[in-house]
Amino acid sequence: MENKSQSKILNRVLIELREYDLEIVISVLCALATVVLSLRIPILTGRAVDCIIGPSEIDYDGLIYVLKEISMNVVATGVIQWIMNRVNNHITYTITKSFRDRAFAKLQHMKLAEIDSHPHGDFVSRIVADAETFSDGLLMGFTQLFTGVLTIGGTIYFMLMISWKIALVVIIATPFSLLLAKFISEMTYKYFGEQAKLRGEETSYIEEIIINKNIVRNMNYEDRALERFEDMNEKLANASMRATFYSSTVNPSTRLINNLIYAAVGVFGALMAIGGGITVGGLTSFLYYASSYGKPFNEISGVITEFQNALACADRLFVMIDAEEELNNGSANIDSAKGEIEFKDVSFSYDKTKRLIEHLNLKVEPGKRVAIVGPTGAGKSTIINLLMRFYDIDGGEILIDGVNIKDIDIDNLRRNFGMVLQETWLKNTTIKENLKMASPDATDEEIIEAAKATHAHSFIKRMPYGYDTIISPENGSISQGQMQLLCITRVMLNIPPMLILDEATSSIDTRTEQKIQSAFNKMMKGRTTFVVAHRLSTIREADVILFVKDGQIVEQGNHTELLQKDGYYAKLYRSQIA
Amino acid sequence: MSFVISYVKKYKTRAVLAPLFKMLEAIFELLVPLVMAQIINKGIAGSDTHYIIRMSGVLIFLAVVGLMFSITAQYFSAYVAVYSAAEIRRDVFAKILSLSQGTKEKVGDEVLTTRITNDINQVQSGINMVLRLFLRSPFIVAGATFMAFVVDVKSALIFIVVVALLSVIVYFIMKNTLPRYKAIAAKLEKVLHLTSENLEGARVLRAFCQVDNENVEFQNRTAELTGMQISTGKISALLNPVTYVVVNIGIVALIYVAMGQVDRGIILQGEVVALVNYMGQILIELIKLANLIVLLMKAYPSAVRVQELMEMKADERHQNKFNTKNNLLDGAKQPGTINIKNVSFSYNGGSEYDLENINLVIPGGSTLGIIGGTGSGKSTLIKLLNHTYDATAGEIEIDGENVKRLEDSQLSEYFGVVPQRASLFHGTVRSNLSMKNISMSETDIKSALNIAQAIDFVEAKDGGIDAEVIGRGSNFSGGQRQRLTIARALVGKPRILVLDDASSALDLATESKLRAALRRLNWKPTIIIVSQRASAVRDTDQIIVLDDGKCVGLGTHDELLESCETYQEIYYCQFPREEAK
Repeated sequence: MENKSQSKILNRVLIELREYDLEIVISVLCALATVVLSLRIPILTGRAVDCIIGPSEIDYDGLIYVLKEISMNVVATGVIQWIMNRVNNHITYTITKSFRDRAFAKLQHMKLAEIDSHPHGDFVSRIVADAETFSDGLLMGFTQLFTGVLTIGGTIYFMLMISWKIALVVIIATPFSLLLAKFISEMTYKYFGEQAKLRGEETSYIEEIIINKNIVRNMNYEDRALERFEDMNEKLANASMRATFYSSTVNPSTRLINNLIYAAVGVFGALMAIGGGITVGGLTSFLYYASSYGKPFNEISGVITEFQNALACADRLFVMIDAEEELNNGSANIDSAKGEIEFKDVSFSYDKTKRLIEHLNLKVEPGKRVAIVGPTGAGKSTIINLLMRFYDIDGGEILIDGVNIKDIDIDNLRRNFGMVLQETWLKNTTIKENLKMASPDATDEEIIEAAKATHAHSFIKRMPYGYDTIISPENGSISQGQMQLLCITRVMLNIPPMLILDEATSSIDTRTEQKIQSAFNKMMKGRTTFVVAHRLSTIREADVILFVKDGQIVEQGNHTELLQKDGYYAKLYRSQIA
Repeated sequence: MSFVISYVKKYKTRAVLAPLFKMLEAIFELLVPLVMAQIINKGIAGSDTHYIIRMSGVLIFLAVVGLMFSITAQYFSAYVAVYSAAEIRRDVFAKILSLSQGTKEKVGDEVLTTRITNDINQVQSGINMVLRLFLRSPFIVAGATFMAFVVDVKSALIFIVVVALLSVIVYFIMKNTLPRYKAIAAKLEKVLHLTSENLEGARVLRAFCQVDNENVEFQNRTAELTGMQISTGKISALLNPVTYVVVNIGIVALIYVAMGQVDRGIILQGEVVALVNYMGQILIELIKLANLIVLLMKAYPSAVRVQELMEMKADERHQNKFNTKNNLLDGAKQPGTINIKNVSFSYNGGSEYDLENINLVIPGGSTLGIIGGTGSGKSTLIKLLNHTYDATAGEIEIDGENVKRLEDSQLSEYFGVVPQRASLFHGTVRSNLSMKNISMSETDIKSALNIAQAIDFVEAKDGGIDAEVIGRGSNFSGGQRQRLTIARALVGKPRILVLDDASSALDLATESKLRAALRRLNWKPTIIIVSQRASAVRDTDQIIVLDDGKCVGLGTHDELLESCETYQEIYYCQFPREEAK
């Protein structure tokens, strides 16, 4: 099962790599050449040694010939290796970029349900870390696997050529070092698990204390927090010690076995050399092969995990790149819409096993103001999600000026709404760029005028670089309320025919809110507006008030009507007044 | 760096022994080619089978002792790395606890967490690698050269040339790539940043149809990154081939020179083989060294970041200057009296005050409401009262004693603070409620839960007051969490109870029960209620109205409704005139 899905991913990877066919072929050929050329060098060196037997036993011409051959071999290896490195770099970095770009582009059209239900850090780590691990692991894995196998084959071939008897010693003994390495890492596995577990616990404790530092201080809890930390930290250190130490015995232990093989080859070789079965040069080459024979095995075993890891990363990226997009097959345009909005028998729920909105009917005349009221978590923002098509409805239809919103081009639909949300979001760029988001052609005068209307101008002016101040999360100098004012200004600059204000002034204090009321009134005038708010003053003036409870609209009407009805709304109203 | 070294120094002996044993191992490794040379010269040339077998014993001995040395070295270096990192972690944690609230907010929670986790882990593996390899590689290079001199001086001169050339090459390549790695990391950071920003702003970006702009911006950033990676790759791609060529040409030259020496009878064939072996070892170790340097360059910034954190200013409040264990307070006539005298405060110490000239007396056992918009300074005032911050000017006295002269432990006994954000700790209900004082009786805890209207749902839980609280208290609803934080503040019967917007998640029935219960508290604490809502404060004995850090009104609800314009604005905005009689 697992293998099957892995081969599926591998297939997909191979398809994706087709674009790089030529580079990959070059890389493979270079690797092949490098291995063959570099494996020949010990043989040549051995031959050179055989030319120097003793005083006046020197084959001068033979030696010069061999040395020339070595030099040519070496230079060729160097050049080819360099080409290979360059090509490999190019492949890796380009693939990484292309995957990153594609994954990011996908994010722009991914269903919001997907984005909302998924930890953002996970997407980020796919784009940043997985893309790199994938291309790195893939290429390094591939090259190492390929050269590794070739080197092993080549080494065996050359060893057999020199002396099959000694070659057998090496071939039989080497697996022991591999088995030993495997044995030790299996033994240490549980220590690493322990370390990871304790590390995780310590990290969550650290996070908890940091987040609640103020409470910790108020409670004078610092000393005991530190005591508890010391306790956890000591346990972690002990576990970490075990994991680090035991795992670090792998290299010395395998080195021991390799050294023993080296000794065995030396002895057997020397004994054979006495009988003339092998020359001293041959023995020299052999010793080289014996000592380098184990290396590719180690590399290959590392490569396999790396390769699997790369495939896992590839899979995560593919899942992201293949994610469903929000539907956009509408082509209608509703530019300068009148703003007549109708919900016809609309049903929707986030979790398809739980019913939320069912058979909702609502008609809003152009230019009317609709207030949505209800307890937190009742689904007030859902209606906004549906209007903007952040989520698509399950049944019924939503019409704007009589056109089903599914038939409207999605960008066009969204352009016709101005939106201010409770969570203020601004880009990490200058204030000016942020304000110009909806109206790239706005002049400085227009921007300042809009900012004055929302009373944002005065604090922007006081910023270190005025309108060119860059907004960044580290820049604590902008308060939530000010951010919200900027979001309102952003809409003010280019007011679409319909508006959505979801707790648009929740972070703004009462006095400022009153000051910008006239700006709001101007903004809403003649425009169909949906308002989610908790302030009664805002709600009272609405043409229609929808009281939402558990996703259902339980009451509908204007302020006076609803008070007369003496239902949920009346109860809420009185409770706030009392 | 010096900062990391100071920790390693505590394990001086082990930190010295680790590389020392590595060196011993290296020496044994360096002896192997000499033994082989003897086997060739004496064993093979002299057809001496016994000699060969004896020498094989020597080879095995070298391998086994080498293993022992190397494992000892691994043990010591793991020990030093792990335990000095643990101490750094402990001190960093203590440091974080001691940071002032202002510094903590400036740096950010996430950054603090990364420094104490990831960064220190990097430092730990850095220490380990240095102890294991940093001395070994140079030692083998030097040792191999030295051995070459032992074998034959003339041939050894080639070693000098090769080592010098290799060092220059490695240095050149490192010098040109290392700064680029930093630049690459910065560019990657930008890619990361844009991605998470884009996710956060998905709705707004779509609402404003910014998809194309975002894609272009992202592709520009990845293009910059890739460009930098490829250009750096061009240089680092040279390292392996060039060193390979240099060493092997060195071997060619070596054999050529050795030929002359053999011809003259100065050395034998076995020595030629040994020399070639030494040359090969140099290459392997230099490459290891280069890789190690790259690794260390990655760990280095982590060490710097941790050090920066350690050097941040600790809490610089005036505290406990006179070290009086204050017994005066116990005899206070009206316990819980607060006197705020001409207090001003500025977060960044500038001339623009966040709170300005506040004067107020809160009699013990009375109730005070603090009202004002966001950013008006309500929470700041609270933070000055319990000495989270030092007042920039003016004094605050509690029961006649300046808060600056009170210890934090005393203050925490006097104050019960319910913060805006209801946050609990991993543990049990009991452990959360006994944060202030471990020896709380079950009755104390239950009575606090009772007042906070939390007893019912706590007792309904498995385990009652020993019910588990998982991280952040997420196994309780928002309202339940809030009631538990209120109970937490009540434990220990503090003289002053502060409710900072503390009933926002409660339904009306519970809120009114809670209010009634607070009014009936038998130890009559001073109660301070902070709110944006007029309804929450209008029954208090006095109300202070803050606007932009200034006190714009002080008095009872009725007085303020008469005289204070800001209060009127707030009140009538929430209670339109006609309904408010």
